[in-house]
Amino acid sequence: MERIKSIKQLQDLEATLAAARKSDRPVVTVCGGIGCTANGCQKLVAEFKKLISEKNLGDKVELLVTGCLGFCEMGPVVVVYPQKTFYKKVQVADAADILDSAISGKAVERLLYTDAEGKKIEKEDDIPFYKNQKRELTGILGVIDPESIESYLAAGGYQALAKVLSGMKPEDVINDIIKSGLRGRGGGGFPTGKKWESCRKAADKLGASKRYVICNADEGDPGAFMDEAVLQGNPHTVIEGMLIGAFAIGSDEGIVYVRNEYPLAIKSLSAALAQAREAGLLGKNILGTDFSFDIRINRGGGAFVCGESSALIASIEGFVGEPRAKHIHMAESGLNDKPTVLNNVETWANVPLIIKNGVAAFTAIGTGDVTENPWNGSKGTKIFSLAGKVNNTGLVEVPMGATLRDIIFGVGGGIKNGKKFKAVQTGGPSGGCIPEKYLDMPVDFDELSKVGSMMGSGGMVVLDEDSCMVDFAKYFVEFLCEESCGKCTTCREGLARLKEILTRITEGKGRADDLELIEAVCETLSQGSLCALGGSAANPVLSTLRHFREEYEAHIFQKKCPGKVCKKLIKFSINDNCTGCTVCAKNCPQNCISGARKEKHVIDSAKCIKCGVCKEVCKFGAVTVE
Amino acid sequence: MTEAKVNNAPMVEFIVDGKKCSAPRESSLLDFLLANGYDIPYLCHNPAVKPYGACRLCLVEVKNGRKTKLTTSCNYPILEGIEVFTNTEKVRRNRKMVMELLLARAPESKELRQMAKDRFGIDADKLPFEKNNGNKCILCGLCVRVCRELVGIEALSFAGRGEHKEAISPFHDVASTCIGCGACAVACPTNCIGLDQVITKRSLARWNRELPMKTCKRCGYAYAPMFQLEHFQNISSVPADFFDLCPDCRK
Ligand SMILES: Cc1cc2nc3c(=O)[nH]c(=O)nc-3n(C[C@H](O)[C@H](O)[C@H](O)COP(=O)(O)O)c2cc1C
Ligand code: SF4
Ligand code: SF4
Ligand code: SF4
Ligand code: SF4
Ligand code: SF4
Ligand code: FES
Ligand code: FES
Repeated sequence: MERIKSIKQLQDLEATLAAARKSDRPVVTVCGGIGCTANGCQKLVAEFKKLISEKNLGDKVELLVTGCLGFCEMGPVVVVYPQKTFYKKVQVADAADILDSAISGKAVERLLYTDAEGKKIEKEDDIPFYKNQKRELTGILGVIDPESIESYLAAGGYQALAKVLSGMKPEDVINDIIKSGLRGRGGGGFPTGKKWESCRKAADKLGASKRYVICNADEGDPGAFMDEAVLQGNPHTVIEGMLIGAFAIGSDEGIVYVRNEYPLAIKSLSAALAQAREAGLLGKNILGTDFSFDIRINRGGGAFVCGESSALIASIEGFVGEPRAKHIHMAESGLNDKPTVLNNVETWANVPLIIKNGVAAFTAIGTGDVTENPWNGSKGTKIFSLAGKVNNTGLVEVPMGATLRDIIFGVGGGIKNGKKFKAVQTGGPSGGCIPEKYLDMPVDFDELSKVGSMMGSGGMVVLDEDSCMVDFAKYFVEFLCEESCGKCTTCREGLARLKEILTRITEGKGRADDLELIEAVCETLSQGSLCALGGSAANPVLSTLRHFREEYEAHIFQKKCPGKVCKKLIKFSINDNCTGCTVCAKNCPQNCISGARKEKHVIDSAKCIKCGVCKEVCKFGAVTVE
Repeated sequence: MTEAKVNNAPMVEFIVDGKKCSAPRESSLLDFLLANGYDIPYLCHNPAVKPYGACRLCLVEVKNGRKTKLTTSCNYPILEGIEVFTNTEKVRRNRKMVMELLLARAPESKELRQMAKDRFGIDADKLPFEKNNGNKCILCGLCVRVCRELVGIEALSFAGRGEHKEAISPFHDVASTCIGCGACAVACPTNCIGLDQVITKRSLARWNRELPMKTCKRCGYAYAPMFQLEHFQNISSVPADFFDLCPDCRK
């Protein structure tokens, strides 16, 4: 698009563009997010395009390809406006019907979402998954085209920047961010405004002219994709946030450190950067002011630990992504020893929102009272990546302070297959496990750490009654053991030893004093390690030990796995319900089930590998696990 | 990011175990403690190279502002007003665990076993962990760092991460740029580099390197690896025939 020459011109642009883009035509939005792309939405888009041109429907419907709509497991997802009709698992063959119905206004029944009671729901906003969210940051993903800066501008994009550049002083911006109570979404929950303030002050004191702002888009959490979705679906909001941060601390150079495994996000961001430059929103003398700033992309080193701030800096500097001790803050000496502000993707995305809608609108959402001190609460929303044994999984955004129950049962629609909830892991691999008794706890930074977990970047894995907490802790320890950079003894060896102890416990070889040994290793691991990976790596173990100690004890002393997961501790057998239907015997990979037709079958435990197939296939509930 | 900037640093005051002390701002806490007679165990520190903080044995507690934290002292920059505790119950307990973890990793190192016994009363054969037999390297990184920072050669590097991390010659192959100076072997706290010399050949087993020695033209003594002398020749301006004689015959 043409270069925007002044602040005034930018301010007028929203209205003009919105008017120009407004049409009475229904809009068929196809999710072009990562999940739906994996599910083949590109073919669907092609089909829509083909049909529209073949049938000459160009002036009757509009096609829009967006970023992730959040309900990825229903993908490919299509939403038709103005009714906001939600279609799930749309196939190429469905395209024609959707186009017809978009024009006629009558929904395609067979593609509608069906709730737990079997009721069909037409509108996106009525689907519990969406109804129970507060989509301040993610809502816009459904209405803009990630590839078009005009689309973002028409939705009010870059107006926060306009506001900042038309008379706000850097200190005013910093103050607003402090007053908003915004805390870092990447892990620690450090107040963003305070971080900016200390950087600005340190840099001014040092007389440093070079300062950096960095966006952390490394997102190493397995299964998490909040940052990827925002970066891919709305790259301009991250750019706008960084522009505002750069103005606040006085920086002219920004870097987005993005995971190499995110090609779609990188593509989207690269295109957005080029467009922003062309529009004069990045580069020298932005909008004719004397503020200059540009952003470049740095591809990540590909390890979980590279998301840690000092490892990330090392990696950008061209060294191995290995953490370094940081007794001197980045605000003073970060990238290339220059004052640096590092924030997470979601943190940056919140910045334009706060500036544009005002501090009060932001503080109206969330917990605590941050007027005096941003540490006194958690404001705004948080995006989680909800996964595990819940009915609805995907990207969910809720107000800070929503309870775990709101998220898991409201948005998530409860536990799969009518099973019982057991625990939820928040905060990713180095987060903690929270048991049922805290389901009504409001989710915010401080409440989560009180129960031994953390917000982390927003991973949320739900476990049902069939899970073993020792096995679960072991899984994360194994992950962290692989992902530790291996520099320090406490983390490298500590995790390896925890793995060893947990393995022997799950194999029924646990020793009487193993729990004390675990606690001793955990103390040294969490307090004696160099970086926060080691520092938080004990969380999954300590939190399960704290909330499910009896389960550890059952493994060690009774040699039993209460969740019936640990293979060495369980035994499959067939009870009197058996009708002798032979189905299990036919399916057993070990051929270790015998019995005549119509007679009770028996399992040869010596050969059984405890794969669970027999239990799954038996229609009579005759296979039991002890 | 910053390494301690010590040159011309102003002196700052701080407290160690209740005693007032002073030292240049941001200098290594461990160096200070060792120089002043505090008995701190350590394995990966060497004042000749930059602090690294890998072995975690030099733990102390430091109070900075309101918070008291366990931290390694080698890479802790001395700051105004900090209060250091070198021998609390917590410090001892955690150092001991670190020692046990190190021993479980490298049970074959005589040096380590001795240290564990003398300083912590740990019997290396009675650890609560399984032992990693066949290993002596504790990944202190001194070989890699000395070679890079002191010798100015990058013959070695780390590979892998987590448990699989190793200090190796490139791709486990011959460390082809190694000049055989032996500095890594001297620095290695667990003596696992295998520096050996048989008459006119020096070898570094861990790096698969064998180096012919230069023989003195006058006395015939095989006094230094050829590559090392070539390296010196390249970085200095000594005459071409300077290394024909060993240092003794040169006098
Ligand atoms: C092992 C480890 C991995 C991390 N990975 C990420 C990451 O993928 N993305 C991120 O934003 N922060 C990550 N962090 C947190 C960062 O170090 C840093 O605190 C954060 O980017 C600061 O931004 P914020 O204040 O906006 O949250 C990680 C921290 C650790 C210890
Ligand atoms: S704590 Fe772990 S990840 Fe961090 S520096 Fe030490 S070994 Fe590396
Ligand atoms: S499937 Fe069930 S009922 Fe059929 S033979 Fe096996 S145990 Fe018996
Ligand atoms: S658990 Fe698997 S191996 Fe064992 S009896 Fe059943 S089907 Fe066969
Ligand atoms: S002997 Fe070789 S590997 Fe060792 S420090 Fe000297 S040059 Fe480096
Ligand atoms: S070989 Fe020696 S010096 Fe090198 S890392 Fe291992 S223990 Fe340290
Ligand atoms: S990618 Fe389509 S809903 Fe998430
Ligand atoms: S000497 Fe300090 S960590 Fe090794």
